[in-house]
Amino acid sequence: MESIFGIAVDGVAYGMILFIISVGLSVTLGLMRVVNLAHGAFAMVGGYVASYAAQGAGLPYGVALVVAVVLTVLATLPLERLLYRRIYGSANELAQVLLTIGLTFVIVAGMNYLFGPTLKRIPLPELLTGTVELGPKAIPTHRAFVIAAGAATLVGLWWLLERTDFGIRLRAAVDDPAMAAALGIRTERLYLATFALGTGLAALGGVLGAELLPLEPYYAIRYIVLFLAVVAVGGAGSIFGSAAAALALGIVDTAGKYLIPNFGEFFFYAALILILFRWPHGFFKGRTA
Amino acid sequence: MTSVAEPDGKAASMTRRLPLAARRELDWIGIPLIAAVGLAAYWLLPDDLALLTRIAASALFVLSLDLVLGYGGIATLGQAAMFGTGAYAAGILAVNWNNDPFAMLAVGGLAGGLIALVTGALILHARGLTLLMLTIAVAQIVQEVANKARDWTGGSDGLSGIDPAPVLGMFRFDMFGHTSYLFALAVLVVGLAVARRIVRSPFGLACRGVKEDPLRISAIGGSPKSYLVALYAVAGVFAGVAGALTAVTSGIVGLDSAGFSWSAEALVMLVLGGTGRLYGAVIGTAAFMGVHHILAANDPYHWMAFIGLFLIGIVLFLPGGIVSVTGRISALLRPRAAPGHEGDRA
Repeated sequence: MESIFGIAVDGVAYGMILFIISVGLSVTLGLMRVVNLAHGAFAMVGGYVASYAAQGAGLPYGVALVVAVVLTVLATLPLERLLYRRIYGSANELAQVLLTIGLTFVIVAGMNYLFGPTLKRIPLPELLTGTVELGPKAIPTHRAFVIAAGAATLVGLWWLLERTDFGIRLRAAVDDPAMAAALGIRTERLYLATFALGTGLAALGGVLGAELLPLEPYYAIRYIVLFLAVVAVGGAGSIFGSAAAALALGIVDTAGKYLIPNFGEFFFYAALILILFRWPHGFFKGRTA
Repeated sequence: MTSVAEPDGKAASMTRRLPLAARRELDWIGIPLIAAVGLAAYWLLPDDLALLTRIAASALFVLSLDLVLGYGGIATLGQAAMFGTGAYAAGILAVNWNNDPFAMLAVGGLAGGLIALVTGALILHARGLTLLMLTIAVAQIVQEVANKARDWTGGSDGLSGIDPAPVLGMFRFDMFGHTSYLFALAVLVVGLAVARRIVRSPFGLACRGVKEDPLRISAIGGSPKSYLVALYAVAGVFAGVAGALTAVTSGIVGLDSAGFSWSAEALVMLVLGGTGRLYGAVIGTAAFMGVHHILAANDPYHWMAFIGLFLIGIVLFLPGGIVSVTGRISALLRPRAAPGHEGDRA
């Protein structure tokens, strides 16, 4: 019973981190059809900036979080103009993979140059270090915070995409880019905004998840496989698909590590293969599929 | 199978008669040239034999990726699964039962081919991102199994104590790596010859047909998926032999032999040399590992920045996609490939 509760809390928290980072990738992948292997690098940049802001500049946690997200978005927007615009919707996945792997390598080298190769921490404020009582059980406040942030992201994204003008235009551009452009929707700006949204979510996840996915220069290469897995299982472009996939994979992975620690990541990838074998387009067929 | 492949093979060769004919003029010289350059390097660079051996074995691995990607159009980031399986199979064989180098290569190739056949049949119905993910997942599972089956593989310590018997009972593996290098070079040259035979066969041409237009292949009665699975398995044999070759020549097998980054590196080497032409794999591997050897000596992160910028540059500044990229690069590299690399490494 105790361990089931532990698995549930840790698995859901881990799943929420995976969700926040991956949904950004899912949104950009669904709209622009870019296999963006540099997404993990953007999450890492967010984490590094927050770590520097909190430790080097002494800013409080909340401010560091906002600064990290904003700076990461500002730093990556030129990349959209210069690099990504050329590979949008390209049928040539190989070119996308190569360009984004190349970008990842450059960012990894750059982060190492700027911040050094050691593990970076983002110190938690006192508010987040204790436990909260949840009925008879106590769960770590940080886990509760992460879960709440994930839920808020889910609701916020749903509202943004389903209820706002921006979301309506975005969905139109995904379903039929040529028609949307003909109707006067400025798809270029839309792409830029969506890219910024995706990068911002990556940075947010990188900061919030620093406890679970430790920040070091190889972060970008080590975890991108996880994020891609979530997108593939969830179906590109589907928010609820990403949430379901992230939670499912997060809980499977955590349960595997709790119950059969000898097998580590095995269950994560076994689940991935089984799911993709049964649903080749993911749980929720993406808008582009 | 052949009756299906035959008409398509003709169709494919008809549409590409000009480039093929033009290439054939130069092609016969390729394998002897690689063998000659390899032998020359043996005498010119006696101090770098370990590096040269690694290049030869890696070139065979990149060649297997070229078969899959360049001739079948399967974008994969999990080719190291077959390499690692072959390496571990050969290593386990050598440690426990039989340390004959040819037996090790045979078992490695068999293991690589089998795992490719099984996983290929399972995953090749997918396309695009899903396929990419599945190939990664297969490689991660292979790595995880290798990590956990400690008793057989040594886990994260790696499998050591591989001590191959003399080649043909005559040539012992000496500590200077002379035998290792010549053995690896010989295997690479034979591998190139076999691969060339395969891609020129009706089967190879049919696979190209699937790459260019799968609908047409199924319209004339072929099954695109079974061609791709067969090609994937054949390439798996090459990757498995390459893994076994590493086990023979280096005496150790580590977890990174099945890792994601090894797959990605092979992709980079292949693109550097040129996809869809077998020598590209060799040239790309030699160039990549040669430059790596020089640059990574002081700081591995400089090397990453360099190769990253290079990849971005390739995609951006050579429009028309990778196909034209590879054409131009191999046009640049080919005429002076041999002397250029010699100069780099000397």
